[in-house]
Amino acid sequence: MLGDHACAEGALAAGLDFFAGYPITPSTEVAEHLARRLPDVGGRFVQMEDELGSIAAIIGASAAGARSFTATSGPGFSLMMENIGLAAMMELPCVIVDVQRASPSTGLPTMVGQSDILQARWGSHGDYGIVAYCPASPQECFELTIAAFNTADRYRIPVLILMDEVIGHMAERVIIPEEQEIDRTERKGPLEPPGAKPFLPYAAEEDLVPRIAHAGDGHKVHMTGLTHDERGYPALTAATHDKLVRRLVDKVRLNAGSIVEFEEIGLDDAETVVIAYGCTARSARRAVREARNDGQKVGLLRPKTIWPFPQTRLQQLLEAGTVTRIVVPEVNLGQLRREVERHTRLPVIGLNHAGGEMPTPAAILEVITS
Amino acid sequence: MTVATIHPIDHLMRADRLPHILCAGCGIGTVIHSYVHAINESGIDPDRHVCVSGIGCSGRAAGYVNVDSYHTTHGRALPFALGIAVHNPELTVTVISGDGDLIAIGGNHFIHAARRNVNLNVICINNFNYGMTGGQVGPTTPVGARGTTAPRGAVEQPFNLPHLAKAAGASFVARWTVLHVRQFTDAVLRSMEKKGFCFTEVLSPCPTSFGRRNDLGEGIEEVEMYRQRCRIDNGAGELEQLGIDIVDPSQPITVGNFVDIEREVFLG
Ligand code: SF4
Repeated sequence: MLGDHACAEGALAAGLDFFAGYPITPSTEVAEHLARRLPDVGGRFVQMEDELGSIAAIIGASAAGARSFTATSGPGFSLMMENIGLAAMMELPCVIVDVQRASPSTGLPTMVGQSDILQARWGSHGDYGIVAYCPASPQECFELTIAAFNTADRYRIPVLILMDEVIGHMAERVIIPEEQEIDRTERKGPLEPPGAKPFLPYAAEEDLVPRIAHAGDGHKVHMTGLTHDERGYPALTAATHDKLVRRLVDKVRLNAGSIVEFEEIGLDDAETVVIAYGCTARSARRAVREARNDGQKVGLLRPKTIWPFPQTRLQQLLEAGTVTRIVVPEVNLGQLRREVERHTRLPVIGLNHAGGEMPTPAAILEVITS
Repeated sequence: MTVATIHPIDHLMRADRLPHILCAGCGIGTVIHSYVHAINESGIDPDRHVCVSGIGCSGRAAGYVNVDSYHTTHGRALPFALGIAVHNPELTVTVISGDGDLIAIGGNHFIHAARRNVNLNVICINNFNYGMTGGQVGPTTPVGARGTTAPRGAVEQPFNLPHLAKAAGASFVARWTVLHVRQFTDAVLRSMEKKGFCFTEVLSPCPTSFGRRNDLGEGIEEVEMYRQRCRIDNGAGELEQLGIDIVDPSQPITVGNFVDIEREVFLG
């Protein structure tokens, strides 16, 4: 199965109700697959007029209770940024997959890139928290898409899936479990029926996540992108703003322990740590295995959640004192390397290509052994 | 003698949000009043009504009505509302927004929502300018009218909204002013009863930004101008002839319910 199709199947397995999107290479197969499959399971598929409309429509559908989703690539992702901030501010869960291609601008539409990594984290204006998954195989496109829906609903946030063209267009065997084996996190709904007490759509609980009521539920919610109080009413003061925005950031930051996922190979004795994600991780895995077979102390840390970045695991490795250097291969000119450099004074070596091709195992091995 | 303490539309207003932020003489309050009366008269359970708005003074409307309400981003009220209406067709979704929001930044969404015949009731509060940001010209500013970004008068041909809505495929198209409270409320009520894309333009004074710069006087004087110049022509066929000339007092302003047709409703 294609990575793009596996992502679409993951969304269906997660109980997708509503898809709105605009065609863009190399994500188009996600939409095309859902156009065929979604109506059969009672969901709605809408091909919108543009990406601005697509993201607004999925946030609106989420406000009415839908598990909602859109698929795009770099240029479309850029157009979605304003409303990703709206979803963060209104705390309306939704999932966006960005199948990355070589950028900036129109770049190389049919060729690989990994250069939306920082845009995914910081692209909308202001401070907010998101989670971004980074699959490295069609199987993971399936699994991490389900995880994305659960995380979105659990924390009331927009969740991103940062695929890349190689993973999106790669065909591999995908095992789809039985429906009852698929995990489903429900949104936390109101504790009391409508009318009993005024419902507060932004009264956060201990986990910093408020309960949610949907359009038509009878709770008469008001939601706005303006700074708001617990009732959702605009409250345009510095104090309310600081409290609200801190919580939006902290609900991801402080819950990172339960969100972060990664794979590791040979990290316990590693002197050289390779950090790689997406298609690059596939070359890196091979290079690390070959180097280890050769007796070298090399390990791989592969973030499955690129945001939040698995920094606790990295810090643990650094504190152990055996690591002497870190290698970060990626299909951009050093976006994740910046994040890694923030945590260490050890040499961080980038192996970079601006986009269009992924590094080969041999190229990574060469850096490891040099 | 008994004194009424509860107004029939009290339960549909968020009284705890008052006082509102709108200027004295602004027409937006009248529009909210009519909308809320239409909700009441529609007989549809208030829990089934949803109000979505964009940005600007008109965009604040959603905040004052006591139904599920969403104050979204500039220009994106329509696709946001589409998401709600398509996911849950049981809901009666109304979009209240301004001319800049719906027709400039949101213009593409407007023509496509009308083309698809999405089941939405759209109220466009047209005050011919960007009120909240201080009176810049917009896509409905008549030629010759002044704004902060056209100090010598607007030179671009404005959109004639009923014509645009009809051409794009709307099922119901009307134009009224805040003077025509009864007819406007009825148009909104008709939109709530009818499935499909229903569009009502309502001309509304903005004394603070537009009126002041264009010698239209206080809000009440602009409404008086509507009283003198409006001609009711329900079912007017020649919508392309119905552009609005605010500057030339000899030009009539045609209002009415212009289009009411049946078309297949979009469900995605
Ligand atoms: S600026 Fe104009 S549109 Fe805005 S509230 Fe004041 S009068 Fe109304």
